[in-house]
Amino acid sequence: MPEGERPAGGIVESRGLPRSRTRLSLVWFIPIVAALVGVWVAVTRIMGEGPVVTLVFQSAEGLEAGKTKVHYNGVDIGTVTAIRLSQDHQRVIITIQMAPRTEAFLVEDTRFWVVRPRISGANVTGLGTLISGAYIGMEIGSSKQGRRHFEGLETQPVITGGEAGRFFVLKAPDLGSLDTGTPLFFRRLQVGEVSSYALDPDGKLLTVKVFVRAPYDQYVNPNTRFWHASGFDVSLSASGLKVQTQSVLSILIGGIAFETDATLPVLPPAEADSVFTLYSDRAVAFRPAPENPQTYRLIFNESVRGLAAGSPVEFRGIPVGEVTDVRAQIDLRNFQFSVPVTIQLDPRRLGVKVVGTAAGVNLETVRRRLIDSLVGHGVRAQLRTGNLLTGAVYVALDVFPGAAPATVDWAQRPVELPTVPGQLEQTEESINNIIKKIDRMPLQQIGDNLQKALGDLDLTLVSARGTLVTAQGTLDNASNLTAPNSAQVQQLDATMQEVSRAARSVRVLTDYLERHPEALIRGKQGEAK
Amino acid sequence: MSTGAAAETYSTAMRQGLHGCGVCGLISRPAPGAEEGRCPRCDEELAFRKRASIQRTWAYLLSAAICYVPANLLPVLTTTTATGTDSDTILQGVVLLWSPTGWPLSLIVLVASIMIPSAKILALAYLLVTARRGSIKNNRQRVRLYRMVEFIGRWSMVDVFVDTFTAALIQLQPLMSVSPAPGLLFFAAVVVLTMLAVESFDPRLIWDAASSGEQVHA
Repeated sequence: MPEGERPAGGIVESRGLPRSRTRLSLVWFIPIVAALVGVWVAVTRIMGEGPVVTLVFQSAEGLEAGKTKVHYNGVDIGTVTAIRLSQDHQRVIITIQMAPRTEAFLVEDTRFWVVRPRISGANVTGLGTLISGAYIGMEIGSSKQGRRHFEGLETQPVITGGEAGRFFVLKAPDLGSLDTGTPLFFRRLQVGEVSSYALDPDGKLLTVKVFVRAPYDQYVNPNTRFWHASGFDVSLSASGLKVQTQSVLSILIGGIAFETDATLPVLPPAEADSVFTLYSDRAVAFRPAPENPQTYRLIFNESVRGLAAGSPVEFRGIPVGEVTDVRAQIDLRNFQFSVPVTIQLDPRRLGVKVVGTAAGVNLETVRRRLIDSLVGHGVRAQLRTGNLLTGAVYVALDVFPGAAPATVDWAQRPVELPTVPGQLEQTEESINNIIKKIDRMPLQQIGDNLQKALGDLDLTLVSARGTLVTAQGTLDNASNLTAPNSAQVQQLDATMQEVSRAARSVRVLTDYLERHPEALIRGKQGEAK
Repeated sequence: MSTGAAAETYSTAMRQGLHGCGVCGLISRPAPGAEEGRCPRCDEELAFRKRASIQRTWAYLLSAAICYVPANLLPVLTTTTATGTDSDTILQGVVLLWSPTGWPLSLIVLVASIMIPSAKILALAYLLVTARRGSIKNNRQRVRLYRMVEFIGRWSMVDVFVDTFTAALIQLQPLMSVSPAPGLLFFAAVVVLTMLAVESFDPRLIWDAASSGEQVHA
């Protein structure tokens, strides 16, 4: 190292470096790298920027720009970036920055809604939002058509997230206690929910959309019957009190049950969105559909209280039909009111299997002949009390051998069947007779006589009382006479003593006489001495 | 303060054509034709001025400036609580902290994390430009500025430390957790790069123009 060169001033010369330097320092590599990283970050950011979506809601309650997230199946896939009012100030427009690569989710039938805590019956959903605040839920549609502007749903759909199962449509005359989220039962197993309901445009029926989860949806086939398993189904009818429930849950919140008649052949599962009727209860649901029902008219000249549309018509106790209409009519010739009752008979309900139907035989004529013959044998319609408690009545078709002969006029529409007064009316009549007889009794007179007799009795009683007082006095006197210190008793006592003394004297006399019988003649000796 | 007249009177090592070894203190003369060399005693590299000082400082400074953009645009901290996940940039943090009672804290963050890095970059750029142009004005202020930038540089790292400590300490899974976000990396890069820039800047360049009449080296 030490070269030994020692210049003047003691300053050594430094050793030269090889000059191998480029003009540009390698340090420029650093800004280039920084720039590249910066550009890369910027590019990924811009590329990572998902689509921007606008939603329209009625209210932005609980939503917050920069905070509220969009969740799909629990995954955060977007953030609300701005909330503003629409031009007409009626609605709220929400801008959402979606996560990258969510373009495929934003299609024509994608739906958005705000998830808030919701408590309906047995379902409590969105509890997490109590802490985290509301978020926006979404359901991805199946359309291929992209979309960036959506109308938000005001209510959260019950079924989301592509759950396996099928939707069916039920038509019901009234909603009962149904609501979105109301459970659907199959053999008391909860297999689905009511997803939505709407009133038909004509206002006559409700369309209830239900969702049946897989694999239970396969049990819904075209023969399946749906009915209201709404809570507690208490029905009082001519057949008595009927209580039907599905499960405790449905007692509380109502529900829909469905079942397929096991006796019917197994059909392939129903198509999604098939339309079914929602019956009011199980019995109605499984009542065989009337096959070729016949309408008849019965005219009653009595009160039809307790009879209503739906009241049963029974033939010897077997339900064969029901009353469809009850209304009054007046005959202007004699101003007499009567009540024509329209009934529908479904002979199939008799359970009688008709055999021997040969081809070519007109069933209609057979039926006419049958009914003619029945009426000829005295079959009549009669109102009968089905339930004493409720006063519900039913129409009974029965044989009355003593009935006045009648014929059926087949020209009428609807055909009128002969009737006989009801049991109720007969009972009423006899009670009326009894009352009339009671009425005819001279009750007033009987009362008057009774009144007079009672007056006499009163007088008798008064005199009897005087007699009794007198008797009392007599008895008192008697009592005085016998009292120990009464004068009579003392006199009696004295008398008795006198008598006693007299008796002693007599005894002394007789004793003396016995010893001195001569005294009778000579007198007492002593005296004599 | 320094006047041209005064500058004439000063003598510098470079003017004398001498190298001072920073390690062993030996004064040496560069080999003829060379401006740089190695210390004959301790083999330390010798140069009149830091090698390619201005160029290197510029490079670091540019890198820092580039990193400054994502450092402020990207979130530095991701907070996961029961209510969801929040990612906040530095500026959002400042806004978040700003409250009637918490504004001093907010101000500290604003000054330490946003103003100081940018001030450092601007100050260095100013020093570089003036040194390059051979400005002889405000030399003392410029040196003071340089010292300030050098001193303050390391303290900017506090922000990074606080964030990493927070992330390490607040791990209350599943209730709450804090994790650093990419912005923090860029922020740290800004701090480190500005420190490197300060390191590579040779303050003697400020004075070189003042001792004019000399051939400018480096």
